[in-house]
Amino acid sequence: MNAEALAFYALAAMVVVGGGLVVQSRNLVHAAVSLVPTLLGVAGLYVLLHAEFVTAIQLLIYVGAITVLILFVILLTEGATGLRVPQRNEQVPLALVVSGALVLLLWAVLLRVPWGPPAGTLPPYNPGAVGRSLLMPYVLAFEVTSLVILACLVGAIVIARREE
Amino acid sequence: MTAVVVEALLKSAVLLFVLLTATAYEVLLERKLLGRFQVRYGPNRVGPWGLLQPLADGIKLLTKEDFAPAGADRVVYVAAPVLLMTVALFVYAVIPFGPEVELFGRRVTLYLADVNTALLLVLGASSLGVYGLILGGWSSNSKYSLLGGLRSSAQVISYELSLALAVLAVVLEAGSLSLVRIVQAQEQGWFVLRQPVAFLVFFLSALAETNRAPFDLPEAEQELVAGYQTEYGGFKFVMFYIAEYLAMITQGALAATLFLGGWHGPLLPPVVWFVLKVLLFVVVLIWIRATVPRVRYDQLMGLGWKVLIPVALLNLLVSAVLLL
Repeated sequence: MNAEALAFYALAAMVVVGGGLVVQSRNLVHAAVSLVPTLLGVAGLYVLLHAEFVTAIQLLIYVGAITVLILFVILLTEGATGLRVPQRNEQVPLALVVSGALVLLLWAVLLRVPWGPPAGTLPPYNPGAVGRSLLMPYVLAFEVTSLVILACLVGAIVIARREE
Repeated sequence: MTAVVVEALLKSAVLLFVLLTATAYEVLLERKLLGRFQVRYGPNRVGPWGLLQPLADGIKLLTKEDFAPAGADRVVYVAAPVLLMTVALFVYAVIPFGPEVELFGRRVTLYLADVNTALLLVLGASSLGVYGLILGGWSSNSKYSLLGGLRSSAQVISYELSLALAVLAVVLEAGSLSLVRIVQAQEQGWFVLRQPVAFLVFFLSALAETNRAPFDLPEAEQELVAGYQTEYGGFKFVMFYIAEYLAMITQGALAATLFLGGWHGPLLPPVVWFVLKVLLFVVVLIWIRATVPRVRYDQLMGLGWKVLIPVALLNLLVSAVLLL
């Protein structure tokens, strides 16, 4: 096993163990904090794929901002911290069926795809190239996304200020 | 391959030693300067001019009892300071101290890594530091710690935005996210001259990011004891303290790299120029602490969201139009 494979398995273990803790921990703060190693592991996988820009964005947005926000909300919610909340309910069998089906589907895809090194050279990958492709071929999707986010923002403010 | 690894290891070891020593003496510098500003001597008993004071403080803190408050969440309580200090040190992997130099017959770069997206990594690392504050405050099982932790993280999150927006103007000027490239772009003129508004926003945000006076509300003694670190002692407290003072040096290094031309300067060797610029920044931070009274919490949030962020956005827009 070479160094790259070793790094991959270490990172994958980090993601899986972290993810397990997120859904199993009975302490909400612990569950939220367990998201951090999970998302960091994913960032590490991006490094292995030589995707520096996506790594930095993953770090900045998911690890740095979104999880902090989740923690913030949990800490500001009265009585939610330190309580032992069961994360399981009567939907466990249903969830098992769905995730089992998903595993089967992924497995089928995994077996069918002819894996191997791609033909030709990789396109240049840097922040500039990502920016250009966002603003040229994918500009419509990009703008629609920003509209959705704007709508979320306005909605959040309207809901938060309802009492006045 | 091995040579590369050995070089990186050696550089990291030297960097860690320099940074930790610098932090220790920064504390002494602050105490000395604060003493002078308040017309007293400051520490002058341990060694000549009190130069051994950091050593004495370190030994005292290391030999203290390692305790945790009752009801604390042990794992998180220990992890919080470790995380904060690790993240504070991580930033230096991408900060360039100087150009390539000839050392022992080898071309050696005076930075650990020249990453394509170094600036984003620095911003990401500083947002990771928030976990240390928020978790340290929560796990201590004390209302002062929790409130202090929430306050610090709210402050850091808010000012991170204006900091990033100010820094983006520099990225526009240099056309790169690599810190090495940004310094190289300033050979003809420092960005502080081309982007004075961005520098002002950066400076104020850096003050707030480091939780320094006049924005040191998380440690407002009268209302919150000592904020998120109230329940910490011994070596865990030292780790918080190192992270805090390291953050000052980091902001100085960022200011030097992004706005003050990095290692560029006449006559003196590049590294000396870099250190001088960082030192100047740190001294100004200490000076401000001795001079300006603390602001109110609503004033702090108002300044961040209603003044700095709009100004930074406008500045970014104008620079983008002018550069196109």
